[in-house]
Order: sequence, then structure tokens, then C-alpha cells
Amino acid sequence: MSKEYETVIGLEVHVELATATKIFCGCSTAFGGRPNTHTCPVCTGMPGSLPVLNKKVLEYAVGVGLATNCEITRYCKFDRKNYFYPDNPQNYQISQLYLPICQNGWVEIDTPQGPRKIGIHEIHMEEDAGKLVHDSWEDVSLVDYNRSGVPLIEIVSQPDMRSAEEVIAYLEKLRLIIQYLGASDCKLEEGSMRADVNLSVREKGSDQLGTRTEMKNLSSFRAIARAIEGEKNRQIDLLEAGKTVVQETRRWDEAKEDSYAMRSKEDAQDYRYFPDPDLAPICISDEFLEEIRAGQPEFRTEKMKRYREEFDIPDYDIEIITASKHMADLFEASMALGAAPKKVSNWLMGETLRLLKEKGQGPEEIRFSPEHLTGLIDLTERRIINSTVAKEVFEVMFEKDIDPAGYVAEKGLGMVSDEDALLAAVKEVIEANPQSVQDYQNGKEKAIGFLVGQTMKAMKGKADPGRVNELLKELL
Amino acid sequence: MELLDLSAVELGTAIREGKTTAVEAMEAVLAQIEQKESLYHCYVRVDREGALDRARAVQKKIDEKELSGPLAGVPVAVKDNLCTQGMATTCASRMLENFVPAYSAEAVRRLESAGAVLIGKTNMDEFAMGSTTETSAYGVTRNPRDPQYVPGGSSGGSAAAVAAKECFFALGSDTGGSIRQPASFCGVVGMKPTYGTVSRYGLVAYASSLDQIGPLCKTVEDCAVILEAIASHDEKDSTSLQRTDTDFTAGLVQDVEGMRIGIPRDYFGEGLDGEVREAVLKAAGVLKDRGAVLEEFDLSLVDYAIPTYYTIAAAEASSNLERFDGIKYGYRAQAQELHQMYKTTRSQGFGPEVKRRIMLGSFVLSSGYYDAYYLKALKVKAMIKGAFDRAFEKYDCILGPAAPATAPRLGESLADPLKMYLGDIYTVSANLAGLPGICIPCGTDSRGLPIGLQLLGDCFQEKKLIRAAYTYEQSCRE
Repeated sequence: MSKEYETVIGLEVHVELATATKIFCGCSTAFGGRPNTHTCPVCTGMPGSLPVLNKKVLEYAVGVGLATNCEITRYCKFDRKNYFYPDNPQNYQISQLYLPICQNGWVEIDTPQGPRKIGIHEIHMEEDAGKLVHDSWEDVSLVDYNRSGVPLIEIVSQPDMRSAEEVIAYLEKLRLIIQYLGASDCKLEEGSMRADVNLSVREKGSDQLGTRTEMKNLSSFRAIARAIEGEKNRQIDLLEAGKTVVQETRRWDEAKEDSYAMRSKEDAQDYRYFPDPDLAPICISDEFLEEIRAGQPEFRTEKMKRYREEFDIPDYDIEIITASKHMADLFEASMALGAAPKKVSNWLMGETLRLLKEKGQGPEEIRFSPEHLTGLIDLTERRIINSTVAKEVFEVMFEKDIDPAGYVAEKGLGMVSDEDALLAAVKEVIEANPQSVQDYQNGKEKAIGFLVGQTMKAMKGKADPGRVNELLKELL
Repeated sequence: MELLDLSAVELGTAIREGKTTAVEAMEAVLAQIEQKESLYHCYVRVDREGALDRARAVQKKIDEKELSGPLAGVPVAVKDNLCTQGMATTCASRMLENFVPAYSAEAVRRLESAGAVLIGKTNMDEFAMGSTTETSAYGVTRNPRDPQYVPGGSSGGSAAAVAAKECFFALGSDTGGSIRQPASFCGVVGMKPTYGTVSRYGLVAYASSLDQIGPLCKTVEDCAVILEAIASHDEKDSTSLQRTDTDFTAGLVQDVEGMRIGIPRDYFGEGLDGEVREAVLKAAGVLKDRGAVLEEFDLSLVDYAIPTYYTIAAAEASSNLERFDGIKYGYRAQAQELHQMYKTTRSQGFGPEVKRRIMLGSFVLSSGYYDAYYLKALKVKAMIKGAFDRAFEKYDCILGPAAPATAPRLGESLADPLKMYLGDIYTVSANLAGLPGICIPCGTDSRGLPIGLQLLGDCFQEKKLIRAAYTYEQSCRE
């Protein structure tokens, strides 16, 4: 490579909002219903039906806007985006073009060069489309309108990102803000968060933007990172070969780790946007804005600060716990139940992260309740089970969220508190292992570990190793 | 008592007093339809069996004192762009020939809960696009005053059904004059209320920002009663207004003493038929005799109303009619591939006038033309509203003709659409400005064709219009 290049990236992020009902009708947004069961005249585009805005959508959109330092558009409108496709029952999508609800915001991300602000051009509200099901067996296509009218916000960034790492950091930041707001679960894999990447390259130092392409179908952070790398290289190769980049939309193929052109700018459609005359303009009052502002949750930065003041746990633990709204909620609920911060934190940092990693899951997928985690800690505190048994119980709890106390009682996992039985077992072990006894008495401290192990084995693990250690020392 | 000559309110009273029944009234209407319909063709669908069943059910409720309102038992005809549950709603288009809604329009629902009995669906211009009811895919409607002439449009079937006594009253919709102009041509009363007064839920949209539902009926009293029944704040329609002044019958007073009536010079200039001009000014004279204060003034911007209206209406229509694609309901053409199916379905399903407006609307919204046409039209619309605002600072209502001439002969209009569009000159402004307007008969021309008097009011001033119209109507009867 003769020249040095810089990558310029902007993102369009679609987030499915966690409302119970759709954006313009009262139908359920629940996932997985039988086809066309969550529908009505409005979300199937029946003649004479009319949209009515779900106020919760507006509340979430304004909440996200405030959390990303946006200006809230006090007089905003919905526009129609006209295009024909069967998943779009009216053949226009109700969206916002001219006066989007939020504009000119930013979020801060951490980069190796220090914190950086990524600009947000706008956030707008819109409706999702239905789903086409292609039945190759019958050679027909069918439409399911259950998703039609599910509320979305689209967050459009400025072209402020320069690398895949910055893109991931930006997405993580957005995801965390939105999850903290409870506005969405933001799962890329399940499509409740979708990112389209606009990317161009230019010679380092240039202030002109190169021709950009838009990459779609990115369903994981990994895919996003690979697609950015691939597209950057493709564009640089083109420029190096003296060719030009064509402005087009490309589709990322995760299996082939390659992209192909979907449509170029030349056949870009004219969407004939215009204000939707069925929906009255929205006027945001001071009261409404204040209400949303007052209802904003504690975001991560504030939460981390508070944890440092309130709980005696390491900074690293605080970072991990607050990186997930779900984990932070779990931690705080456990605190409310009276558990010791360090104990809870240890379970989260240790076994929980280990099992999540092992199963390839994210912290949002933690299923056990704070009551059961606190219960398990209580069982160990009261020396009803030892740490080995506790880990076994935790694994079951992690899978099925069982009640640890009930489980321990049912399976008979509690430690034997019968001193006579324990004493008898210790005596047997001493008799059976004269060599180790000898070693210990000759000053080999480590030998006692072996004897403790043997005793625990004889007790089928249901003894307090500390007490075994004490008894052995007494007898020897 | 000749039942068919009664007004809706008179019939309702007779039914309540036990002088007749809802069933007798429906039988009389059906007999009239049987006799006249082959000539006039007011309806696209008459639901004989259903109508009689409904009349019996309503009569039972009247007998049991469950229903006692002024419209209980009165047969009503509904324009075919208003959804009626279980009854085909076609908008007089081939596109919706098989469409049976699972819901009724809010206005229809309100009439039915007031005890009005649905007869069937009236003919109209296809998707309400036209001024003669000749663009219907199901044949033309003839003017009952003279079958050689059109009934006007787009609510021509509703107006003709009232004039032909094939119903006691009807619902229509008015986007640029579609209630007032056919009322004028057929010699009946028609009213478009303030935008947002009647819910549009279940009205198949032509131009959403201009469409309003309203009554076509025999008397001003009927008009006030019907409007009172259908006006409502509806949460299913975001553009529906919350009004506390919908006691329209309170306007049924014979008193225009001191009422200030503005007569726009611009409405009486070139293009207005001499006989229409004479009849309308004569009607103005009647109101003056009753104590109204008449004054000529310049409304201004009148020449801009037609281009503004056709730009906005066509733009909205081009988008509103996109849902008719052959995928979900309605007509579908056979084709090998999706986009071919769309094209063939829409080419075959829509008539020429609808296609013309879709193309016009798509053009004014397309990239590069949006600012020059659509946005400019919105600005002019605001200016027109401003001109009316200024006029209503001085006047209680504005008086003029509803149309430049009486009804044209069948077959005369469609050849020159631009000329047809210009016929809407006096009606479209009320839709652009959201104003209420009423049209009442004020005589006939030398051929015996009805002439209509139009009164326009400021937003929410329906009662003033009703008062002036009622006073005029009663004066003529004396």
C-alpha cells in the first residue's frame, strides 16, 4: 500500500421498542404468535383504517434522545415513505423524515486515544414491516403481519467513527443506555437491534469524504467488525487499482464473510416522502418533557460512582456488573435482600461469568433470581453446605433457577453436623494412612491436606473441611 | 299520509307516535327503489332482505322503548366509500369489487345506534374522484330531476337517492365539494361540517386532510339532526376533534336579524351561469328581507383554489390508494411476477380518472418537484385559510353558488377533465380551509334543473349556517 488511508464510518441503528402494543394500533407486539394473529384493520392496511400514535413510543424515543444529549423537536410530524412491497400492507411506511423527534445529540465512547464524542444526527420513530415467508415446496410466498406496526426508533449517527472498535464501542454504549431505559432489550441476534454500516475511505489527512457504501444484514458484533474490515479493504483495493467506489447498498454474507451489491444509487427509489395527513403533528409540552426527564433511570456512569461509594467491591467488579442492566439489577436486588456485596460480587464475577462464557451467553440471559442467589450465599454462611457443594448447587440454579435451600434438603447435600460420625471418619483415615501421619508429624504441613481430602471423600463431601482440619490437628 | 314525502325527522316522529313503523317505511322505500332504480341507478347495492330484518329489529326496540331518538326507524342510504360491516364496500371501483369490511365506519355505527336503518350503498365516482358520478365502475347515476343530466358527484348516488325518494336521507363524503355540488344539482340539502367533526374511521380515504363525512337530506332540520347524530370525538381518528358545541339542532331558528353575510365578488364573476347568479342573488335578497346585513367583498386567491386543491388531493390520493395492490383484498390480476402483478392489477382495477390523479399526485411528490408543487400548494392552502380568517372577522357567513352552472348532460364532462375540475371552484376552498359549508336548493333554471345556494362559515360555526339556511328554507315555504 503506497498511501495511508482513513476509514470513515456512520451508523444507522434500528431499535425495536419494548412496548406491549404496536405503534399505531392496540395489537400485541409479543413475539412468536401464530401468523396474522396479532393483527387488526390498522396494521394490515385495511381500507378506512386510521393510525393513532401509541404514547409510550414517544416516551421511549424522547427518553433515548435525552440520554444521548439530543435536542427534542418540540413540533414534530410523521411522514409517509412510499414503496411497494407485500410486507408493507399500506405500501407506505409511516416514518419521520422532515421533523424527526430528536436531533443533534452525541454519546461518549472510550478509545485507546481517550474518550471521544460520536455525534448523533437524528433519532426518528417508525413502524416495522411484516414478514414474508417463502414456501418453496408450494412455490408461494405468504405474508405474516404480526410484526407490522411494531415500533422502532432509528438512530442515525454522524460519520464520526474511524474503526471497527469504535463502532462496537458506540453500539455497546447505545445498547447500554437503551437497556437501562428499559426501552428495548437490544438483541442483535434476535433483530431487536439492527445496524447498517455506512463506510467510506479517504487518504489520511484529507477533509473530503470518499464515496460511501451501506452494508446491511449485520446480526452480531462479530459480523459488524468483519464486515467493516472487509469493506474497508475492498474500497482501498479499488482505489489502489485506480478504480472508483460505487455508491451502493451491499449485503453482508456472514457464512462467506463477503458482501455483494444489492442495489446502486442509480436504481435508488424515490420514496415520495410527505407528511402523513392521518396523524396530527406532535407538540411536546414542557410538562411532558419534564416528566420524561424526571423518570430517567440512573445510567451507568452515575451507577458506577454510587457503587464505589456504597459498596466495598473492586472497581473491576463494578465495571463488569454495571456493563449489564440485568446484572446491575440482580446485584442491587441482592443488596436489598441483605446479602454481602463482596459475596454477591464474587458469585457474579466467578461462577456466573464462567458459566455464561461456557454456554456462549450474555449477561442478559442470566435466569437465576436474586432471592435464590442470596439463599445460596446464606447456606454457605451458615455452613450448611461447603463451597464445593455450593458450586454444584449454583450450576443447577444457573440452569433452572431452583431454590437452593429446597434443593439441598431434597438431595441431602447438607453437611453432616454429627461430631461423632465425623470423629469416627477422621480416626479411620488416620489409621489407614500412617505414612501421611508420619510426614505431618515430621513437619510436612502439606500432608494434612491429603488427610482432609481423604476424610471429605469418606464423608461423601458433606463435611465442613475447616472442622475436619481442626479435628485432625487435635488428634495428631 | 304519503310516507315517501316525509322528511327524515317527520318520519321518525310518525314512527314514534305509532302512525307508521320502521318496517312500513322500509317497505315503502324498497318499493320506490323497485320502481325507480332501473332508471336512476342511485345504488350499487340494495340489501333488501337485510334492510327489512334490520327494520324489524329496530321497530322491536322502538316498541320496547329502547330507541326513542329522532332517527329511530328511518331508512338511510350510505355512500359506498363508507365501510359497512358484512356488506361489500367497493368505492364504485373494480379494485374493491369483492371487498367486505369486518368493521363499520364510525359515522355508520353512530347512525345505526341512533336507530337509522341501512338500506344499501349508493353509487359514486370511483374512489370519490369525479364531479358527475360517471367515473363509477358500475354505471352512471341519473339525475332524478331530469334523467338526461348527471346528479353531480362524487356523492351523486346519495344525492339522487334522496331526490328520488329512494331513501329518507343519505351519508356522503366531501373532499372538494362532493356533498354540496350533487346536493345543488339534485335539489337537496347537503352539508360538509368543520374538518374533524365527524370521525373518518372507516371512510376509505381519498385525501385524508380534506375528507369529511356529512348528510344529504330533504330539509335543513334533517341536516342538523343527522349531523348531531354522527358528530363525535373518536379516539380511532387522530384528526377527530373534541367539540362541546355539537348541539346543531339549536341552530334551527328562524332569525337572521343583524347576521352579517359576505358576498364575495370573486364568486360572481366570469364563468358563472346567468340563471345561477340570478337565483343565488335572489336568495340573498330573501335573507336581507329577513334582516340580514349583506355586503360584497373581495375574498381573493379564488383562482388559486383549484390548482392548490388538485395538487394536495392528488398527492394524498396517490399514497392513500397504494394499499390497493392485489395482495391482501380486492381485485388481483394474474401475473408471473410480483411487480407485474402490481402493475396489471392496478392498471385493470382502477379507472382512468383515478389513474390520472394517482399519476398527478405521484408527480407532485416526486423528488425534485416536491418543493415546487406540493410544498407550494401547502403554502397557498395556508394563505387561502388566511383570506377566510380575515373574511370571518367581518362576516358570520359567506354566501355564493355551489357550482358555476346547473347539472351538465350525461357524457359531457369526462372528455375535458380540466373543465370538470374548474367546476369545483366554489366548493374546494372550504375543504382547503377546513370550513363548514351547506348547500340548499334555491330555485331552478329554465330547463327545470335545481340551483343550489351555498353558505360557508368559520370553523365550528355550523349553527350559524344552519340558522341562515333554515331561515331561508322556511321563508320560501311561506
